[in-house]
Amino acid sequence: MDFSLNKREELFLQMIRKFAAEEVQPLAAEIDDQERYPIETVEKMAKIGIMGIPIPVEYGGQGGTNQMYIMAVEELSKACATTGVIVSSHTSLCMNPILEFGTEEQKKKYLPKLASGEWIGAFGLTEPNAGTDAAMQQTMAVLDGDEWVINGSKIFITNAGYAHVYVIMAMTDKSLGTKGISAFIVEKDTPGFTIGKKEKKMGIRGSATCELIFENCRIPKDNLLGELGKGFKIAMMTLDGGRIGIASQALGIAQGALDATVKYTKERKQFGKTIAQFQNTQFQMANLETKIQAARLLVRQAAWKKDMHLPYSVDAAMAKLYCAETAMETTTKCVQFHGGYGYTREYEVERMMRDAKITEIYEGTSEVQRMVIAGKLFK
Amino acid sequence: MNIIVTIKQVPNTNVIKINPQTGTLIREGVPSILNPDDASALEMALQLKDKFGAHVTVITMGPPQADAICREAFAMGADRAILLSDRKFAGADTLATSYALSGAIKTLDYDLILAGRQAIDGDTAQTPVSLAQHLDLPQVTYATNLDFDGKKLCTVTKETEEGYQILEVETPCVLTVLSSAIKPRYMTVKGIMEAYDKEVEVWGADKLDVEVERLGLSGSPTRVKKSFTKPQKQPGEVFEVDPEEAVEIIVKKLKEKHII
Repeated sequence: MDFSLNKREELFLQMIRKFAAEEVQPLAAEIDDQERYPIETVEKMAKIGIMGIPIPVEYGGQGGTNQMYIMAVEELSKACATTGVIVSSHTSLCMNPILEFGTEEQKKKYLPKLASGEWIGAFGLTEPNAGTDAAMQQTMAVLDGDEWVINGSKIFITNAGYAHVYVIMAMTDKSLGTKGISAFIVEKDTPGFTIGKKEKKMGIRGSATCELIFENCRIPKDNLLGELGKGFKIAMMTLDGGRIGIASQALGIAQGALDATVKYTKERKQFGKTIAQFQNTQFQMANLETKIQAARLLVRQAAWKKDMHLPYSVDAAMAKLYCAETAMETTTKCVQFHGGYGYTREYEVERMMRDAKITEIYEGTSEVQRMVIAGKLFK
Repeated sequence: MNIIVTIKQVPNTNVIKINPQTGTLIREGVPSILNPDDASALEMALQLKDKFGAHVTVITMGPPQADAICREAFAMGADRAILLSDRKFAGADTLATSYALSGAIKTLDYDLILAGRQAIDGDTAQTPVSLAQHLDLPQVTYATNLDFDGKKLCTVTKETEEGYQILEVETPCVLTVLSSAIKPRYMTVKGIMEAYDKEVEVWGADKLDVEVERLGLSGSPTRVKKSFTKPQKQPGEVFEVDPEEAVEIIVKKLKEKHII
């Protein structure tokens, strides 16, 4: 068993850390404050290949591994969780299902532009009445000649408005329950497809989170993704991959907060010594460091299994659950170490604590992850 | 067009510490990086490649670990990498280093040689200058900008203490580049994926057009007489005030210290 990075991964980590420090970190507070999508960062990431890391070269990607992809999401999220989720949603939730379930024509049409970052991708499953109970889809798709006609709406869609390609779940046969759900590829600017209200959020405020509205939106028959009636399965398998990305985002947030707090506690003096010199600080920080490293091993293991084409659904659920809860615990404690200053926007741990919360909620709540894990235990 | 860029692997001096007893660098645990000025020289070469389709060769002298910066250069866009690595090169000062580099470069086709101004470990800025001498080439140091006409003429902006000069020089020539002037590009993911599939050519002394006794320690007249650690100064005081008040504070402080 080898836990070390290979030379290629080391070089990749060196690049992504430099990029995050120089291009991502300086914008993090500003895009949070202004709730602004960092489109300039996306363009820079596109230029060096970060928008298509695990996509094969034949489809215009970089031919990297999932291991490299999650390292990128972690390092970006360490600096700015918004930037991390933009890459994660684009890669795991849009490109990945097209790669895994798309026809050769669909892959050739969409992946090169997505993987190069010329286009951004998004994914639409959640609806007002279909959150954790995702099977309760009300968006309908009806075949009319050579076209599917989609009606309904999706909410909380990451990258909405900036994305060119949306992977959308819709009911094609309500009588079949989850087996009546199908997946579709919808391009922006399709008549009948509009972007609704943008959410004002607690964290990841630079990320665009909007409603999608479909009113007699007609898409070509060939835009069905995967087989008819397999949409729920596609969505669940897509979310398995997405959870590795979000686990890495959470891990990055936790590591970023811990790093900032190590620095702060070494500088901040109270009662004549630095806070870092108090054993309470040392013990609590040692616990957090241990949890973060355990979280990293879980997410690396899940990504490794995906790279090896082994089943990884439960591993991804455990990684997401543990990374998200570690991020929330770490950021909360790091704000506490900063005292009053940590409650202000002068210090980045304040933003990190707000950013961390969503990782326990989206792409499957922590409760859903426990359901997946328990499902394996009690099957 | 063939461009050669000389590069060096250096300890990251931003994180380096000095042993106060011996006055030497503590190298353990210090990451090695591509020297910043050299990265900018490589960037200048890659910009010429983007514009004129040049072939870019990086060359370095160092231990086998210097392979890492050759891979980094590949990942940024270099086409060929040569690592001069041989025990006979060990202990070389700037004279012997530049001589070895010149011996390798003589065997290559080139139009332009770009080098970083200086390495952050030694800070001598002597190697590229000596290299130009060994190769009997014109040189412009402290370059901050290069306009190339696509044929032979380089119009170079050279930084000086007073300001800058604009000089014309024909290829082949040696230019030394400042990191402050030109931001190196990031390695690309694709470049990283391919970097370890390419060959870093490792050349020993026998491959060079050189006299062996002029290499390494035997070819190095430099002797270190003494090294010492600069005493750390106390951090200064910062006053954010308007200019008039600033004058008063400065005068008061200078008087306190009996300077005026």
